[in-house]
Amino acid sequence: MSAQPFLIAAAGLFSMGIYGILVRRNAVMVLLSIELILNAVNINFVVFNQMLSDVLLNGQIFTVFIITIAAAEVGIGLAIVLMLFRNRQTANINEFDLMKW
Amino acid sequence: MVVNHSINLLAEGKISYTDGGIFAEFAWVIVVLPFIAALLITFFGKNLPLKGAEIALGSVFFIFLYSCILFYLNVTQGVASEFFINVGSIGSFQLEFGWVVDGLSIMMYFVVGTVSLLVFIYATNYMEGEIRYTFFFTSLTLFAGSMLVLVSSPTLLQLLIGWELVGVCSYLLIGHYWEEKENSSAAMKAFITNKVADVGLMIGIIILALTTGTLRISEILYQATHDYEAIKSVAYIAGILIFIGAMGKSAQFPLHVWLPDAMAGPTPVSALMHAATMVTAGVYLLGRLFPFYQGIAHEALDIVLVFGVITLFGAGLIAIVQDDLKKVLAYSTVSQLGYMVTAMGSGAYTAGLFHLWTHAFFKALLFLGAGSVIHAVHTNNMSEMGGLRKEMPRTFMTFIIGTVALAGLPPLAGFFSKDEILASLNHEGHTFFFFVAVAGAFITAFYMTRAVLLTFYGEYRGHGHPHESDSMMTTPLLVLAFLAVVGGWVNIPGIYTGFTTWVTTRKNGIIEYHPESFDYFALFSGLSAGLIGIGLAYYIYQVISEPQNGDNRIKIQPVWRILENKYYLDDFYFKFIIDPIKITFAKAVDKFNTEILDRFINNFGNAASYLGGVVYNRLDQGGIDKALNLTSTGTDTLGSKVKLIQTGKTQQYIMYFLTGVIVISALVLLVL
Repeated sequence: MSAQPFLIAAAGLFSMGIYGILVRRNAVMVLLSIELILNAVNINFVVFNQMLSDVLLNGQIFTVFIITIAAAEVGIGLAIVLMLFRNRQTANINEFDLMKW
Repeated sequence: MVVNHSINLLAEGKISYTDGGIFAEFAWVIVVLPFIAALLITFFGKNLPLKGAEIALGSVFFIFLYSCILFYLNVTQGVASEFFINVGSIGSFQLEFGWVVDGLSIMMYFVVGTVSLLVFIYATNYMEGEIRYTFFFTSLTLFAGSMLVLVSSPTLLQLLIGWELVGVCSYLLIGHYWEEKENSSAAMKAFITNKVADVGLMIGIIILALTTGTLRISEILYQATHDYEAIKSVAYIAGILIFIGAMGKSAQFPLHVWLPDAMAGPTPVSALMHAATMVTAGVYLLGRLFPFYQGIAHEALDIVLVFGVITLFGAGLIAIVQDDLKKVLAYSTVSQLGYMVTAMGSGAYTAGLFHLWTHAFFKALLFLGAGSVIHAVHTNNMSEMGGLRKEMPRTFMTFIIGTVALAGLPPLAGFFSKDEILASLNHEGHTFFFFVAVAGAFITAFYMTRAVLLTFYGEYRGHGHPHESDSMMTTPLLVLAFLAVVGGWVNIPGIYTGFTTWVTTRKNGIIEYHPESFDYFALFSGLSAGLIGIGLAYYIYQVISEPQNGDNRIKIQPVWRILENKYYLDDFYFKFIIDPIKITFAKAVDKFNTEILDRFINNFGNAASYLGGVVYNRLDQGGIDKALNLTSTGTDTLGSKVKLIQTGKTQQYIMYFLTGVIVISALVLLVL
């Protein structure tokens, strides 16, 4: 079984994520796009693990870690977005310029 | 000079001595102690309960005790030793300091210790509430210490150092009340007159050191007494130059002018200076170098004799016309120093030192008594005193004892010492000088009686109500009165001549005449001169007129005027020495200074200033500063440009980031 279709799918998923980050104005949607990128990476890990017949399942273990971290990251991210929304009454990422010089 | 019948006690084996053991070895302690005490007083004195006087008293009390121990050792077994510390060398000259412990210096330690202790006790009360009380005790302690440096010196260099230190301290103390111009001028006069004399001493020391190749006094004296040719050739000139130094400190005519003016200082200073710590230095120097003078410089010794006689007579006459009680005593001191120098000049070493010894006690007594009177009546002028014998019985009694001792009546101290000087003048065949000295004894008795009658008899002519001084002041008077009575009993010809043995206990033997019994001719002349002096003064100032009118009876105008103007010596100095220097020479120097030296220095300064300006403007401001400023402004400008890319827009950052990733990936792919 070839790995190509999976890698293409992962690359597509990744590209969609990048697109989402760059184009979407809603902060929640940007967070979702980041999740897409992470999942693209997950797919790659699993595929390469399978291809290399790694009996220790390093790739899959990494995936589990990434999923965990992603969950934590989304938790923090959403909390930030929520606080920003409360203060600014908007979730438009272009209006958050707190980190300007 | 006739030296027949003269004997050298040392050579004849009549004197035996030891090295003094541990006490002589540690005698340096009493020399160093006053200087430590002075430092302590300077730094901690003001905060102590007695404002520093306790440190001064403590140190001087220790000196007194130590000198008593040394004195006891010298009396019982004889002490003569010297100690050297080598601190380096200049060419072949060994630079040495040290201390001498022998009969002569022990006698001086004892005099300095005793008189200083009593004067210090007196001064704590006398100076109470006076300005610069603590500093006064610093200087007084230093004064005593300097004198100890002088008398303990085994080398001419250390002697010179002590000599100059004494001069400096006397300057500080005479000018204690320097707010008044008169007092600071008196201090200056003392210092400068001494300085003039010191030049002589310095040159004399240099000559001696260069010809003998050593600074050790004992070695110079050894060469002087053992037929060394080199020192013989310079003996006369060196002897005179050193005597000029002694003339300054011991106030010999014509360099005595500073001593009466030195009365501007507080009375305890006068007492200390006249009895122990300053004017005796010259006599001590002559005594220390006596074997040199006697061995090879007797021509110089003859000159010493002449000046001594002139001084004892001339100064005595001036004392008669003085109204200031302290000045009477001051001229009296000059006159008595004349006696000591006369004795030295006639070859009577012991007699000169013996008079120094007795004079120290009764003159300190007289000065402290005068201080007690002045303290009570607030004036120095005898015309505003009178009748004080009732109000101040203790001062009166002790002053009378001092007067009688000074006038030379038996059995008080002055009698024995003056008699010994007269006897030696008679023995050496100086008949004319002998009669001048007898006349001096008459004058001494006359002016002292006059002073006593003006001060203590008749009606009180001043203001206010004088009263007896505190016991802190009268106790030293009583002790000194005791010493003035018994001080002479240590050297009675034919009965007990301990003093002769004490002061001749030294490494370099003294050859002199030691009388077996009294010289009755000299004794009779001196005693009758003293009695006539007292009687005549009593007759003039008490019997035929009131004390305050007595002067009119003996006022022979031209003579009186000459005496009142002190032989016009001060005027002479001012007219022919000070003014020419002040007006002509000083102006020329000033001109040279402002027009040549100052111009040179100003030009130099201007050039330096200009150069500095160039360096500042071009190198500092234009170069280094500009470079530094450029660095900072450059950073600032660049920062303000670069900060613009920090927009705060997250998506823009991600855009940059991705662009970067793509570019780097592309590069990696293409290059590898």
